Amino acid sequence: MMEMLRKASWSPYVAGSLIGLLSWFSFASVDKPIGITTAFEYTAALITQAVSPETASTNPYYTAPDKSPKIDWEWMLVIGVFIGAFISSRLSGDRTSEDVPDLWRKRFGEGVSKRFAAAFIGGAVMMFGARLAQGCTSGHGISGAMQLAVSSWVFVVVLFLSGVGTAFLLYGKKGANHV
Amino acid sequence: MFDEPSNLFLGLLTGIFFGFLLQKGRVAKFPVIIGQLLLKDWTVVKIMLTAVAVGSIGVFTLVSMGAAELHIKPAMFGGLLLGGLLFGIGMSVLGYCPGTSVAACGEGRKDAMVGVVGMITGALAYVWFYPRYQPILKSFPDWGKITLPELTATSPWLWVLGLLILAATNAYIFLRRSTVAVRHDTRRRGNARTD
Repeated sequence: MMEMLRKASWSPYVAGSLIGLLSWFSFASVDKPIGITTAFEYTAALITQAVSPETASTNPYYTAPDKSPKIDWEWMLVIGVFIGAFISSRLSGDRTSEDVPDLWRKRFGEGVSKRFAAAFIGGAVMMFGARLAQGCTSGHGISGAMQLAVSSWVFVVVLFLSGVGTAFLLYGKKGANHV
Repeated sequence: MFDEPSNLFLGLLTGIFFGFLLQKGRVAKFPVIIGQLLLKDWTVVKIMLTAVAVGSIGVFTLVSMGAAELHIKPAMFGGLLLGGLLFGIGMSVLGYCPGTSVAACGEGRKDAMVGVVGMITGALAYVWFYPRYQPILKSFPDWGKITLPELTATSPWLWVLGLLILAATNAYIFLRRSTVAVRHDTRRRGNARTD
């Protein structure tokens, strides 16, 4: 058992099956699907309310029927993801403090600030998109898809096409050979 | 502001398992995510397809027993199309998706940590500009909270079965290909030694 936990990686079919079983647990225990980005939205909403209550009071976001920003199950789940990945990587020693990934360096050079600027903008654009679509690769891609939601399957197809298109624009066919 | 403590605890527990599995599945890594988007490394699709197929059995069993309900998002095409487009671009530039960004932080990756700060900024923009883009999103069709079985008037179990067949076939083909590759590899190495 311990040997298994210390392995750097598991088969994607094992990891995937266990994530599937974890969804059974989340539906059975709290009747909620696993997701990530609603917690980010609620964090942003709570920050806005705390920093500038006036802007919050005029923003219709706060009176929308499907919005109730709070520290909830999903918020703690996101904290848990960090802890779980930390434990897993500590057990196997599969850790890094990398700031510029190899593949990025080959294409865009050594610059740390360039990589960080791209990561910041990429993260912001990705999250804005996730909230417009009300889900991400976890909430739509895994949880929504297993519930056979039309919205989730549409989202997955669009994000995949957009992601693949962007990746080929950024790295080209040559980049694909470096993977 | 805070949910019930038992819910918070269960969320943390579920998250720890999820993060553990993402890290063990190697998807908290930049080359694996970009490798998928360059159609070279299929780890992300393998994990997602397997999770969806296995998960669907449990979810529809729980729903048919009345022990759980479906929790799906409405098919609002404005948000899905524009959101999906932006999501794909952002994910490609960042090199992680939201869950795997957080897992990559746990693994120590600094660019993912910057990415998470960017994600909070993106969420702030979503809240602040909410009144601006809502009318645009609402000008697109909205089919409501609908599932594929409802849309096609078929049994969900037909779809669950289809997903299982798809996931099993995919696993069979990839696993077979990799054992063949290993066999070739050992044979080649064996030859090299005798030469």
